[in-house]
Amino acid sequence: MSLATIAKTRIPANDPLADPEKKQIIDEILEKNKDLPGALMVILNELQSRIGYISNPMQQYVADALHIPVSKVHGVVTFYSFFTTTPRGKHTIKFCMGTACYVGGTPQLIEKAKSLLGIEPGQTTPDGNITLELCRCVGACSQAPVVVVDDQIVGRVRPNKFPQILRPLQPQA
Amino acid sequence: MKYYRSHVLVCVDPECLNRGAHEIEDALQDELVAQGLIDEVQVLETSRIGACSDGPELMVYPEGVHYVGLSVDDIPYLVEEHFLKGRVVQKFLYTRPKFVDEELSAPTPKEVRVVLRNCGKIDPQNIEDYIAEDGYQALAKVLTEMTPEQVIDEIKRSGLRGRGGAGFPTGRKWELTRAAKGEPKYIICNADEGDPGAFMNRRVLEGDPHSVIEGMIIAAYAIGASQGYIYCRAEYPLAVSTLNIAIQQARNFGLLGKNILGTDFSFDLEVRQGAGAFVCGEETALIASIEGRRGEPRPRPPFPAQSGLWGKPTNINNVETYANVPQIILKGAEWFASMGTEKSKGTKTFALAGDLNHTGLIEVPFGITLREIVYDVGGGIRDGKAFKAIQTGGPMGGCLPASYLDLPVDYESLTAAGSIMGSGGMIVMDEDTCMVDIARFFMEFTQDESCGKCTPCRIGTRRILEILTRICEGKGQDGDIETLEYLCEQIRTNSLCGLGQGAPNPVASTLKHFRDEYEAHIYEKRCPAKVCRALIRYEILPEACTGCTVCARNCPVGAISGERRQPHVIDPDVCIRCGICMQVCNFNAVVIE
Repeated sequence: MSLATIAKTRIPANDPLADPEKKQIIDEILEKNKDLPGALMVILNELQSRIGYISNPMQQYVADALHIPVSKVHGVVTFYSFFTTTPRGKHTIKFCMGTACYVGGTPQLIEKAKSLLGIEPGQTTPDGNITLELCRCVGACSQAPVVVVDDQIVGRVRPNKFPQILRPLQPQA
Repeated sequence: MKYYRSHVLVCVDPECLNRGAHEIEDALQDELVAQGLIDEVQVLETSRIGACSDGPELMVYPEGVHYVGLSVDDIPYLVEEHFLKGRVVQKFLYTRPKFVDEELSAPTPKEVRVVLRNCGKIDPQNIEDYIAEDGYQALAKVLTEMTPEQVIDEIKRSGLRGRGGAGFPTGRKWELTRAAKGEPKYIICNADEGDPGAFMNRRVLEGDPHSVIEGMIIAAYAIGASQGYIYCRAEYPLAVSTLNIAIQQARNFGLLGKNILGTDFSFDLEVRQGAGAFVCGEETALIASIEGRRGEPRPRPPFPAQSGLWGKPTNINNVETYANVPQIILKGAEWFASMGTEKSKGTKTFALAGDLNHTGLIEVPFGITLREIVYDVGGGIRDGKAFKAIQTGGPMGGCLPASYLDLPVDYESLTAAGSIMGSGGMIVMDEDTCMVDIARFFMEFTQDESCGKCTPCRIGTRRILEILTRICEGKGQDGDIETLEYLCEQIRTNSLCGLGQGAPNPVASTLKHFRDEYEAHIYEKRCPAKVCRALIRYEILPEACTGCTVCARNCPVGAISGERRQPHVIDPDVCIRCGICMQVCNFNAVVIE
């Protein structure tokens, strides 16, 4: 989406800004941090962790609050890999792409996950339940290969153990 | 401060938490209350003790008894036996296996623990534990007995060099920042440990955060700074929360804030979190990120010492550098300089990973040889395989072959050999590793993490990656090696920052030391290590296959067929060479041809 379109877009009904509860959280984060030196990074980090993503209307909202152009906010959001502009699945499975994990079998794990879930890393299952992601070294190299399920590190994962990781995440049928 | 006769440290690393460490901790508390021992025995949380694979685990001091494999039901018995009757419960006692495969275990004879001395020993969430280990004594000495110039002089004489990788003399950097014109001055701790395979700084931040904070306060005093920032990567949430707790406790104790220890000196600290950009480990990019901008490096000079954060003189050091400072002040520059080599003093932490019997965190004096690290500290190559290469310095580092095993580890020797010291990742690879594939892996990393500001790095790394991918796919051409060498040289000499300048290193070093592998890929369409998918074929040995069907069930593309209890076969046209069948086979019946 071009920047001009971001600025003009009306807030869609499913945007966090349209949800009074979430909007209050967003306002709190802005109010608390907007006078800090280097506030933008702090604010975006908090928005990402508490709202889950930073939508285009949210970027415009932050820009207005900080009195900076939306291009600057957009530039920072797209520069850092932790910031996302679309909602993630309910659960996230991250595959560690650190050297030790890569050599220890991450590529095989990804193959297995792809065949089980039918999605590629970076995608979310159609039911919005699981997002697969690749991530940088999480520093748990002595347990390689490692996957991060939500915020839990699971080490020494073998492809045939992968269904056991998925099971608790799947909605009960 | 309350005194206890015994302290129980419960490991709350993710792995132990998974195994119910919190439940064990609660049960311990309850049982100590029930048996009337709660005023005598204190229960604390700590990060990894060293045997999480057998967890939940706990350590009882002062005896130093290490218990593992506990369940909630065992706690009443354990409390009664150990704390009431004073008998060690043998059945839960941790017996050190021949090779301990954990992040941080007891030091081997060749190790010296300076930076890691408190990790796993003290409660990182309790400042009193740190103070009991002589913590903040160096700060008191500095503030009451030394002038800033004397502090800088002490650090200079110790020979301490930047542990982030470049090895710039720390005392000299402080001196430059102190002399620079401009107010206020800032102190930054670079905790953006992004190299894959490196987790030394994470352990220090999670296990002994006050050593870093104390080092930073001393540096601030020496330089004349009043505000500091710790820039920590977002991948380390536990380190961020531990630091925040530690900073708050230091404030409560009057060690941070206005008039520290009753003197005129004031200084405060704040943690700033990154957001998953590797390039932010570069100092000018890091500064941009703290300022709330895209983490893009800028040309130096001016160096941060002249013009850093918000254009003011700024001193940036790495976590390990700061953690060394209090020890140098307490024990003296001569003590520190007595360790290491002529130009590289003291110790260095490394994260040993890869195909070793004993991976994990180590701390060794400079000058130790790679062979001593691999065989004496690391316990040699796993499964009796042959050593092939050691990768040092992360994605900007290089791969060294067996002929370099007797190289002493110090800044100059590693650089001369075509690698770098880097922040301290060390990955050992055995004969099953393809060096072209490894070079491609690192190139993929730097390509992805290149910030895109300067052309040699942005486009050059992409061209290298394309060529390497082609070679791995069996489509290498005559002249590829020469093109790679040309690109490496251009990128190294023309890039803006350390990321770009170091990016070709994995390729250049493997071209230098493992050229025959590149040639085998290009001219013979053969991957000697049997890794590159396009150049290998999986087969099942009929005589070894029991027909258990595990491989067929795990194959993601259904390429394996065969009757139960009959040898199976792989259809090479369907097979995507993912290697899952080989990993899951219990009978070693799957082989690579």
